[in-house]
Order: sequence, then C-alpha cells, then structure tokens
Amino acid sequence: ASVSDADFNERCVQCSEVNWGLTDGGRFYCRSCHNVTERTREVVNTDFISNTRVQTISKVLRKQEKTDGGCEWYVCEGFQLVLKKQAEALEALGVCPQMKDEILCNFWRCYLQKSKQAYCNRPAGETVKALSVCDSSTDADSELERPSLLHMLSVSESEGDLQTDCSFASSTSKVSESTSLCSGSVDGSLYLMKNQKEKLRMTMPMTLSFCYMALLWLREPMTLSDLLRFVVEGHIPYLNVFQHFPEKMKLCGLDLKIFCVESWPVYEEVYNKMLELAAFLDLPRFPDITDSCFLHPDMLCIKYLMEANLPDELHNWTCRVVKKICIGEVDFLTLVPGNKSTRKVKYDVLAAAVIVVTTFCVLHISFTSSQPKMCMFYSGGPYFEFKKWYKVIKCSLDVEQKKLDEERAKYLWRCEKPLFYSAKKKSKVLKRRRMVVNLQNQFGKLSGSVQPAEKPNPSSFQLSWYEENTDGSCFHGHSLKGILQEKCGLLTAMNPDYWLCTVKLCTEKLCGHLAHYREVDFPQSYHFVLRLFSFLLRIQPSYIHDEVCVIEHKLFNKKLCKKPKYKTTLRK
Amino acid sequence: MASSHEHKLNFKKSKEVCLNYIQDAMLQKQWKRAAEFLTFYIESLEKDFSTAYMGPSEMIWRIGTEILCHHSHSSMKQFNSFIEQMKTVGVKRYLKVCLEHAFHLLCNGLIDEAYQNLSLAESWRFGEQTAIQDKEMKLIQAYRGLLDYYSWSKQKDILLEHGQNGFEDLSVEQEMHSCFRKAAMNLKEIIKIPGVWDLFVKCYVDLLEFYGDHNEACQVLNEYAYNSKFPANPNAHVYLYQFLKRHGESKKSLISALKILHDIVPSHELMIDFNTMLQKSKKRKKRQLGLEVIFAALDYAGWKENVKAWSCLARQVKQIVISEKHLDWIKQEWNSRKDWWPAFHFSRYLAKRNWQENESLSYEKALVAGILLGKDCKYFKYVSHQGCKAQVKRFRILKKFVNKHSPVYLRISGLSDSSVQP
Repeated sequence: ASVSDADFNERCVQCSEVNWGLTDGGRFYCRSCHNVTERTREVVNTDFISNTRVQTISKVLRKQEKTDGGCEWYVCEGFQLVLKKQAEALEALGVCPQMKDEILCNFWRCYLQKSKQAYCNRPAGETVKALSVCDSSTDADSELERPSLLHMLSVSESEGDLQTDCSFASSTSKVSESTSLCSGSVDGSLYLMKNQKEKLRMTMPMTLSFCYMALLWLREPMTLSDLLRFVVEGHIPYLNVFQHFPEKMKLCGLDLKIFCVESWPVYEEVYNKMLELAAFLDLPRFPDITDSCFLHPDMLCIKYLMEANLPDELHNWTCRVVKKICIGEVDFLTLVPGNKSTRKVKYDVLAAAVIVVTTFCVLHISFTSSQPKMCMFYSGGPYFEFKKWYKVIKCSLDVEQKKLDEERAKYLWRCEKPLFYSAKKKSKVLKRRRMVVNLQNQFGKLSGSVQPAEKPNPSSFQLSWYEENTDGSCFHGHSLKGILQEKCGLLTAMNPDYWLCTVKLCTEKLCGHLAHYREVDFPQSYHFVLRLFSFLLRIQPSYIHDEVCVIEHKLFNKKLCKKPKYKTTLRK
Repeated sequence: MASSHEHKLNFKKSKEVCLNYIQDAMLQKQWKRAAEFLTFYIESLEKDFSTAYMGPSEMIWRIGTEILCHHSHSSMKQFNSFIEQMKTVGVKRYLKVCLEHAFHLLCNGLIDEAYQNLSLAESWRFGEQTAIQDKEMKLIQAYRGLLDYYSWSKQKDILLEHGQNGFEDLSVEQEMHSCFRKAAMNLKEIIKIPGVWDLFVKCYVDLLEFYGDHNEACQVLNEYAYNSKFPANPNAHVYLYQFLKRHGESKKSLISALKILHDIVPSHELMIDFNTMLQKSKKRKKRQLGLEVIFAALDYAGWKENVKAWSCLARQVKQIVISEKHLDWIKQEWNSRKDWWPAFHFSRYLAKRNWQENESLSYEKALVAGILLGKDCKYFKYVSHQGCKAQVKRFRILKKFVNKHSPVYLRISGLSDSSVQP
C-alpha cells in the first residue's frame, strides 16, 4: 500500500531517507531500508470503507482539514459507502455475509479498475484539479475554462428531477454563464461532464444493479422485485443514503445530482443495467441455477402460488409447463454475461407468467369454467372455484392496493440533512427546512391521534393465507377436480374454450415490447390475475403479459404453424 | 421505451397524488385527514421552483387556510402564526396574503388586528414587487379606508350621544375628523378604478353627506352609475336614486335615475316606486312606460303574490279602461303575455289559493284578469263569485265594473276586428 508523502515527513532513523510505505498492519516502514516504525498512520479513509485492504485513491494529495471541516473525497468513494450500507442492510435481512465481505467488494473493485477510477496507473481523476469547492469564489482567469453550469446539467443523462434543485439557484440568483461549478466532491463536475457511456458511469440505480448482481451470483432467495420492494419500503438504504456519509464528506452542488434520488428505481432500468454491468466487468458464466434454487421457476411458482392463494395442485401443472417449454434448463436460466443471443431471464416475471399461462392456457380456468352441480365436498376437500377465489382475493387486493396508494401519497422524500447547492444558498435552505418542520408539526397536531407510519417489517410474503382459518378463505388445499376431466386416461381441461393472447410476437427492437396489452382485448379474469401479480411484483401488467405471450408462443408454436383446428379457438 | 409508468414514482408524482388525497378529504369535510395528508405535502416547499400556475407554496397557503378555518381544534393564534409563515414564503403574493388575512380577521370580529395588519401591509416595500402588486396595494388602502370609516362612524355615534347628554368632547371630535380624512382619501382613490365598489361608495357618500359636500357626493354617484367603464351595476342606480330622493330632487331626475335600473333589473323592488311616479306623470310616454314597467315586474315569480304590484297594475289598467284611451298600450303589453300569463297568474288553483290566503291580492288580480281575460275567465269568475257570496262590497263593485267594460276584453285580445281606439 502506498502512502502520500505529505502524511509522514520524518526522516528514517536508520537511513535518513524520506520514503515511506504502509504495512498491512498500518504501520509506516521505510522503503529504502525496510525499517518498520511504531508510527501508525491515521488512515483517513477507513471512515469510508470497511476493508482496509481497499484504498480507492492512490496518488492524489489529500488535505485533511479544510476551512469548513470537510475533506476531499471522490465520487466513487461516495458510492462505495452507499454500497457498503446497502450490503449491511441486506445482511440484516438475512443475506449471507459473503455477499458483503466478498462478492460485492470484488465486483466493485473490478468495476473501479475497469472504469479506471482506481487500481490502475492513472486514475481518471488525476488530471482534474480540485474544482472550486462550495465556499470558494471563482477566479477570473479560470472562468473561461469551466463549462457553463447550465450546459452541464443538460448534458447529464441522469434524471431531470434534480434540475429543479439547480434551478433553485437559478431562480433566486439568476445564474449566468460564468457561475462556478460547485461540488463537495473533487470530481463531481467531471463525473457529470463527459459522456461516459463507454465507461459505464455509476449512478444510484446502478448500486441496486450491483446488489442484485451479487445476489444472483450467490443465488440468494431474493428476486429483483423483492429487492426493489425492500428498497421502497425503506429496508435498504437508497433514498437519502447520503445522510450516512461522514461529517467530513461535504455534499453540495453537483453532488446532489449524483447522489440524491427523487424517484423510485424502475425494474427494467435496474435489470438492464445489471446486464450491462456484468458484461462490462467481463464476468464469467454465473453459478448455475438448478432446480433446487429458489430462483428456479418450479420453486418460485410454489411461492407465488401460495401468495396468490391458488391450489397447491396447480404446481403439478406449472412444472409440466416448465418442462414442456424447457425453461427449467440450467443453461436457459443461468446468466452468461455478454451473450446477446440468449434472452435474459427475469425469474420473478417468468414464474408469474408460468402461473398465468397454466391457469388460462392449460386449464382454461375462467369465471364460468368451474361450476360443478353437486356438492363439492367429497373425496376429501372442496373443489376450486374461480369465482370464489376471485371474491376473496379481490377483497384483500383492494385493501392492500388502497394501503399502498396511500403510502405512496405519504412518502417523505426529504430528510434531516439539508441539501444546498452552494454555501450562499445554505441559509435560505436551512430557513426553508425550519419552516417546513414547523408547518409539519402544526398540521401534524391537527391530524388527530394518527401514529406516524412505521416501516412494515420486511417480509418476503405480502399476502398470507392460512388453512387453519375457518372462514374458508384459504384455497391452497382445494382440488382441481372441478375443472379437469378424464379423457382417454388423461386429464384435460373441461372448458374447451381459450383465447390466444397473440398470434404473432412483435419484434422487441422495434417497440421495446413483444406484445401489446390492452385491457379491452382480454377477459376480466385474465386482467384480474395480471393485476394481482402486477401488485405482488410491483411492475406493470404489460410486462407480465409480454412474458405470457412468449410462453404461450413456445407452447403452441407448432399448433400455430398449422392451420387452426376447431379445438384451438382463436378469439380475436 | 418500456417503463412502468404507474409504478414509477417520483417526487413530483407522489406529491400530485398526495394533493389528490388532500382535495378529496377537503371535499368530504374530513379535516383531520386533510391535515394529515397536508403534513406530507409540505415538503414540496423545499422544491418550490415550479413555473406552474399554482405552485406548492400557494397550494399550502390556500389549503392550510381552509383546514384551519374549519378544523375544530384550530385557534386564531394558530391561524395567525400560520399566515405569518405564509407571508414569508412567496414574496410575489405577499400583499394578497396580507389582504386575505385581514379579511379573515374581520370575519372573526378582530377589527383592530385587521387594521394593524392592513397598516403594516401598506408600509411594505420590496423593490419592483411594490409596483407589480399595485392592485393589491390599492385594495389594502381601500379596506383600511373602510375601517377608518367604521371608526369614524363609531366616533360620530359617541359624539351624538354625548351631544344629547350635553357633553362636548373635543378629543372625540378631533379623532372623528382625522378618521374622516384618512377614510375619505382612500375611499376616493379606489372608486376611481372601474369596478364594483358598492360598500366603498356608500361609505364615501355617507361621509360627504355628513360634511355637507352634496355636490361631490352627487358627482361620485353619477360617475359610479353612468361611467361606461364601470361594469353595469344595478346598485349604483339605486344609490343614486336614494340620494336624489333624500335631497328632494325633482321627479324628473328621480325617474331618469330609475330608468336604467328598469332596463337592467326589471324585477327590482323599486319598480313599484317607479311605476307610481310614472303613472302620475303628465307625459304620455312616461305613463306608457309605467305600464311597461309594472307588467315587466310581474313577469317574475317573486312578484306573484305582491299585492302592491298588482294594485299598481290594477289601478293603471282601470284608469285606462275608464278613459277609453290608450287601450293599445294594454294590447301591446298583453300580446307577448297572453300565452303564458293565464297559466302563470290566473289559474283556477291560484284563484282558490289567493282567495283563501289573501283577499286583497285576489281582488286586485281579479280586476286585472277580468279586463285582460274577460268576465268569463276562471280566475275572475271564481273570485268574484266568492267575494259576492261573502258579501264583500268591493267585489260586487268589481263585478259590475268588469261586466260593464267587457267589450274591452275583446278589443284587447284582438278578437274583434274593430280598429283600436287612439
């Protein structure tokens, strides 16, 4: 490990040289004569990283104290801190410690190396001198060099939401072309300035891509939709994570644009970034997803069937579907980064789609399909009736959806730690913050005895159904006999009718979708089941529909190529 | 681009959604719930840079005011402290907030506080904003003038009371005059601007009258009523009329004052006075106008049971019939009404009801009905029969009268082909 010269200037007692290095134990040793001293270095950056083996910046001079008590820090250090916090949170949720200590660390290190931010001879930040920090004023000469503030904001490709924060500055102080760029970090402006597409610039949503990638590598029982849900529920630091930065790391100006989040992560975005990242890091084939893995469709189907309160018997059928279209194969499920030919697997969406396909395509379940005339309670148990199931689920779903909608309306985006664009704005921002807190208190008192919304306990299951309940609301044990009939020794669906979602799939490249979902084209039952899974996975119904179409296509491909017989009725 | 819009939640969207919840709660008068959601909306203030028509700070001001007005646990003190905060938030709205604050205080009877607020606001200066918010400033001055008038009025009452008791109170008198000066100055200014300033005009005129400046008062009222830049305002004409009447002006000027009122609001209560004056006029045209006026007033449902109005019409109709001159006036008025007045005023049901409830009303109406619809019409038949049965003298006279003049009906209704009498 190298050490900066400024830290320790004394001459070596043995050889009188000033050429120090650091041992692993953190002690200074003379590089010339290998004399080890008792002096230990106050490692500046142990505040930032968990692992003293990792030092992100090698050669740039560091000043410990500045006028405002801050220190120099680089953007990637900030992200490192974020990742650390996220990893800790995941560990608290039960993810194995290996994720934090090994996998994520190594991925990060690899990323830093590949993007030339550290671990290489010339870190990208080296050529950039520390640009003006919050409280320094502009130099007349260097004004021309600095690109305009507004220009930079437009070039940046991160969300435009923070534009408004910056326009705070502009609206109140009429930013001119020559306003100084400002960031607490050393390379904040550089970060936003260059078109760093090739180097895969780090963003907040990308931290989640990192996390998911690590989870996937370890084959942890957490899907991407689970992860994102935990983020939104506040169990994993994301919004306002900069609160946890140490005091010395001052955030201001452009740092806000990098680290402040003003929208929730989008599934597609995080997923696609993860793929990009995996390819960028030149990762090898990920560990195999076998049929004993949580992420395998057979396993995930169990979970989702339980959550959706569907009969356990359905699982036999989902497994058959999975087998028939070969989506349970190891090679299909395992991620191979960079391989553009294979379609990437979204495990959660896939499992949900399998269930949907099984329910509708295979078993032709609908509102009218299961109507046994006789009493259903023979040979040990009730028959599954879609109508009844629909009533029960709709009730719960509506309640949960309502709760979710209200929670969304009540999100608080701001936190205690104030954000200000520059030191000039600081007093204004603080004043505003005080007023906001005052008003919140005032109206909070008028809210009546409303308890502050507590974070719900993290749970993998959002809906639970218990067989012990005597109200008959649990359908797990129900039999599918009511919808199946035996013909020639085989069980088939009683209801002969089925609509086909789509005869031909669209091309993804053209419009981003494989199919187009319009509610009016499909029966209420289909729409409802999509809505259920859309709620559970927190994604648009159309995503699931896309996947359903793909599976359907795989199932009926041969049949579609032939002329349609009277058996397969096409609805549209 | 495939993006989950519904599930994509950002700051802006979540605040929009929050706002919807607030508005729903307010519409259902659930003030606690509204306050709860407002608590979560408030942080929008920290991102109040929108160029939207109504930004977060204005939303919070308006919603907060509404909630504090209606919530059972809110106090005036809380309200004041809230408003003071709102004043600091949007400088472009400063005077507006001050003005509405003053209104609120007035509505709660806190006149002194309102006055203080207005005075404070009047002295506010903020660069170019002062010029931009000129309108609001004028309003503030006007309302302060109004409160000065109110003080003046109180002082005047005290003075008069003391005067009655034989006291002389110099300080009160001086106070009163100073209030007058302040009030007059501000009130005069605001009524120069085209608009509806009823209360201000009234107060100003009151001041002028007290101090004997009738000319100025008259001028003010004339301006208010006749200046085409000002929006059409029935009250302006009413005030002018009342002023002229107070000062014993000629009938001619009184009539001209009411003429436009008739045009704007034919159903105005002063139409009775108007008709009475016109009926008595020597000029033919004026008398005809009188008939027009009273017919027009009775077109309105609110006048259906107004005995005075009917008696005016009855009197005039009777007079015309007896003189046998100007039947064409009646014909003209009746032409556009003969299709619907019978059902509107002279149904058998109304005949019964009027007779039961108000004999005088039925009498007047019967006269009119008898002339306009003839002696065989339902209304007249029923009422006159009842009246005669009850042996009320005037009904017998009425019956005779209508019978005597029954050919008139024919002429009015156009059934006879004989030419109308000049």
